[in-house]
Amino acid sequence: MSQKEWPLWEVFIRSKQGLDHKHVGSLHAADAEMAIQNARDVYTRRLEGVSIWVVESKHVHASNPDDAAAFYEPANDKIYRHPTFYTVPDSIKHM
Amino acid sequence: METAELTQEEQFQARIDADVRIEPKDWMPEAYRKTLIRQISQHAHSELVGMLPEGNWITRAPSLKRKSILLAKVQDEAGHGLYLYSAAETLGASRDQMLADLHSGKAKYSSIFNYPTLSWADMGTIGWLVDGAAILNQVPLCRTSYGPYARAMVRVCKEESFHQRQGFEIMQTLCEGAPAQKQMAQEALNRWWWPTLMMFGPKDADSPNTEQSMKWRIKRFTNDELRQKFVDMMVPQAEFLGLTVPDDKLQWNETKQGYDFGDVDWAEFWDVVKGNGPCSRERLQARVQAHEDGAWVREAALAHAEKRRQRAETAAA
Repeated sequence: MSQKEWPLWEVFIRSKQGLDHKHVGSLHAADAEMAIQNARDVYTRRLEGVSIWVVESKHVHASNPDDAAAFYEPANDKIYRHPTFYTVPDSIKHM
Repeated sequence: METAELTQEEQFQARIDADVRIEPKDWMPEAYRKTLIRQISQHAHSELVGMLPEGNWITRAPSLKRKSILLAKVQDEAGHGLYLYSAAETLGASRDQMLADLHSGKAKYSSIFNYPTLSWADMGTIGWLVDGAAILNQVPLCRTSYGPYARAMVRVCKEESFHQRQGFEIMQTLCEGAPAQKQMAQEALNRWWWPTLMMFGPKDADSPNTEQSMKWRIKRFTNDELRQKFVDMMVPQAEFLGLTVPDDKLQWNETKQGYDFGDVDWAEFWDVVKGNGPCSRERLQARVQAHEDGAWVREAALAHAEKRRQRAETAAA
C-alpha cells in the first residue's frame, strides 16, 4: 500500500461575476484537475461559486506574523495618505 | 512599552481576551494547538462516522424524494468532515495520521453514532434531535478563537439547518400518519433522547478540559449549559409533534424559566466512550474497510497524475 498522501491544494472561489476569488479552504487531490472537481463537490454544493482556482499549498508564500509590527509599521505613521488628514472648508462642496 | 514585559503566552491570552482570532502561522501555546487538533479531528471523525448510520437507510428510503434528500445530507456530512480535516491540517496535523488514529481506535468520535438505526423514524430523529444538538454545540463554535475552525463551522452551520428541518419534516409526516407510524416516531424518540443528551459531554464537574477551553475561547458555553438549552428548545417541539419525551422527571421550572430533567445514565455514557457502544465495532470496521478498499484508487490517481506530468514534460521538451 502506498504511504504517500495526495498533495494539499488551497481553494479559491468567485461567488459571482464581478467579485474576486476568495480563499475558502483546502483539500487533497492527486492533480489540479481532480482538485478542481473535488473543490466543486466540497465547496460549491449550494451555488456558492461560478469559478474555482486551486493552487498547490506548497506554492503559497506568506508573510511572517511575527514580523507584522515592523512590516506594517511604516504605513502607520503616514496618516497624510488618508483623505481625513486634510481639513476642507465647510463652504467647499464636492470634495 | 507595556507589552514588552508580557510573556508570549500572556500576549497570546491578551489577544484571545480582546477577541482577536488566532490564525495558523501565529504563535500559540503547544497545549492550545494540541487541544484544537484533538477537538477538530474528533469533530471531523464524527462527521465521517456519522455517515454510516444514515447510509444504512439510503437504499431503504420510502420515496425517491426522501432518498435524494438523504443522499444530499450524507454528502454534506462528508463535506463537513473535509472542511474540518483541512482546518486541523492548518495546525500541522497530517490527514493520514488523523485517519490512522481514527482507524486504530486511538482517536474518539461522537458516541451517538455507535447506536443502531432500526427504523425509518430514526432518520427523522437523527435529523431533528441529533442534528439539533449538533447545531447547539456548533453555533458557538462559529465564534471560536481559532480562525480556520471558526470559518469551517460557519459553513457547517449553514448546512446543518437543512439537516434538522428535513428530520423534523420526517417526524411530522410520521406523527400525522397512521397510528403505527406515530408509534414508530415515538419509539425512535425513546431510543435517541438519552444518547442525544449525552452528546453534550460529561457534566461540567467531570469535564476537566472545559475551564481551559473556555479561557482560550475555544468553547463558549459549558456542557451543562448547552444540555439545558437543548432540553428547553426540544420539549415544545416534541409537544407539537404529539410525542412524549421519555423522562418522568421532566418538569417546567418557573423560577429558572427552564425544564428540570432526569440524569443521564453516565455509566452507559462512559462505556460507549470506551468503545463498547452497540455498534462501535461495526462502525469502525466499516470505516477501516472503506479506507482499505479505496487504497488502490488513491494509488492509481497518484500514478495517473505522475504519468500525465511526465507526458507534459516530454511534450514541452
